Amino acid sequence: MRIVADYKHYKQLNEEVFQAVQAGVAELTLEDVNGQRFIADCLTGKLKIDIYGTPGNDLGMFMDGPTVTVFGNAQDGVGNTMSSGKIIIHGDGRDILGHSMRGGKIFVHGDVGYRVGIHMKTYKSNVPIIVAGGHAGDFLGEYMAGGMIIVLGIHNSAKKSEILGDWVATGQHGGAIYVRGNVDESKLGNGASQFPLTADDEIAVKKVLKEYCQVFGLDLESVVDSEFTKIAPLSHRPYAALYTSE
Amino acid sequence: MCSILGIVNENGKLFSANYIIEGISLMNERCNGLGGGFAAYGLYPEYKDYYALHILLKDVELKDQVTEMLKDYVNIYKDEEIETRNVERIPQDYTPWRFFVDVPERYTNDADNYIIDLAMKINSTGGALVISSGKNMGVFKAIGYPDEVAKLYKLDNYKAYMWLAHGRYPTNTRGWWGGAHPFSILDNSIVHNGEITSYGTNKRFLESYGYKCSYFTDSEVLAYLWDLLVRRHKLPIELASEVLAPPFWEQIERMPPERRRIIEALRMTYGPAMVNGPFGIVIANGSGLTGVAGNGTMVGLSDRIKLRPLICARKNDTTFMASEESAIKAVCKNPDNVWAPRAGEPTVAMVNGDV
Repeated sequence: MRIVADYKHYKQLNEEVFQAVQAGVAELTLEDVNGQRFIADCLTGKLKIDIYGTPGNDLGMFMDGPTVTVFGNAQDGVGNTMSSGKIIIHGDGRDILGHSMRGGKIFVHGDVGYRVGIHMKTYKSNVPIIVAGGHAGDFLGEYMAGGMIIVLGIHNSAKKSEILGDWVATGQHGGAIYVRGNVDESKLGNGASQFPLTADDEIAVKKVLKEYCQVFGLDLESVVDSEFTKIAPLSHRPYAALYTSE
Repeated sequence: MCSILGIVNENGKLFSANYIIEGISLMNERCNGLGGGFAAYGLYPEYKDYYALHILLKDVELKDQVTEMLKDYVNIYKDEEIETRNVERIPQDYTPWRFFVDVPERYTNDADNYIIDLAMKINSTGGALVISSGKNMGVFKAIGYPDEVAKLYKLDNYKAYMWLAHGRYPTNTRGWWGGAHPFSILDNSIVHNGEITSYGTNKRFLESYGYKCSYFTDSEVLAYLWDLLVRRHKLPIELASEVLAPPFWEQIERMPPERRRIIEALRMTYGPAMVNGPFGIVIANGSGLTGVAGNGTMVGLSDRIKLRPLICARKNDTTFMASEESAIKAVCKNPDNVWAPRAGEPTVAMVNGDV
């Protein structure tokens, strides 16, 4: 089913999407989307939603199951607290992408903004995954409690930037960030450190990148043909001494 | 919250207000109808040698009093009511008036500072507010959503080569005509999304240079800081931005020695001018700046840890700076380039120059 968003208010657009899903429509194409917020929020089940244009903030918030593909750039807050499903962005992602995400995947072809993956966490078998093909801004994986973030630095639409911003993984106490190439120690925030990849890490990263490369039509071998750096927490309770006296 | 948008044509071509109105209106979700405003450059080519004072009068009878006061200090070339129409949701709290003035000959070598002093004097009367005072430019603002304010001021009658727009969501102080953005002094206008926790420090610092804050809102200090740093102290835009959004000391320590010396000197000299708290701002300047060719600049800047959004785009000779990419796409469907500037690093568009 096709819905032309044009200048519709987000309430109307999302109501139309919701009505269609209620009526049993499993594949939706949203055209001329521009700035409408909260698209695909709280939707569950095996839906396929293609979005043409620039969806507004909090795309796929609390989403549980659908696959959303954006043919364009996204705005702030993609996949906020999402539980499962997949969000594919063919352009760039912006700030707080994957905020408090607790499952599912977000694949971004280009750059991502500041505070990506802040507070993401793992729950039992739910492991949230973010892959950025370009660069990431400051505070990547801030307070990260679980899951996996991969930054490739291959596609870069920013005018100039290094693959990572500053204060990476500040306050991290779970999960791991994998970066294609070397990382300067000064980039890391408090609580995180660099580690060599274990065999399990390599298998897990390759498995995710295989899917990522299929989605964007990239050659897996040339993507993994590089050293990766793993950033993980030094402790499960980096701030244990901050609020308690033991 | 709050929405900001700036559009500038770098060849100085005039374009209709409809673009900026359409773009800013797309972000109405970011504001709540308690303040909207616009700044426009290139408005008064016939009077471009005169300072155009846009003054909000609490009572239309104050007009004679303000006129008398102006006559004491400047020559009034022409004055008229700024045309408005009734808009249902906007209370008619103020009557906007414009005066074209010039400075008496014996003060012309310090005319800009003379006009600032005059604006501050008028602002402190309580009933009249100088909302803009530059040449060939003007600010239009009121309570309301931006599109309502545009309707109020009949902005579709105006053309400009550089526009700023703001939709306000007041969080700490009340919504009123004067508290709407842009804030403007001489040729500088600024729209701001965020809140300035260093307001008290900034305000006291500015008072020591003769600026008086009279709008009961934090964003006002940004206009005066930019005037002080860029016009009076002649800092290049890049260094003025380092003053507002300085790097952290741990970042300064990693800098090459030469740059480190400059940044340390700025932090020591301008500590009280540092703007703390989240901000995304767009600043427009209508005159050529020191060391900068051309007839104007637009600068986009966010706080040093990027607590507010800012997206830039470019199409041919036009540059856009906005809170959200969709606001740009609403008026320019296929930009040549869209990018998110790094925190604390200024994006500069120059009229008759390069980005």
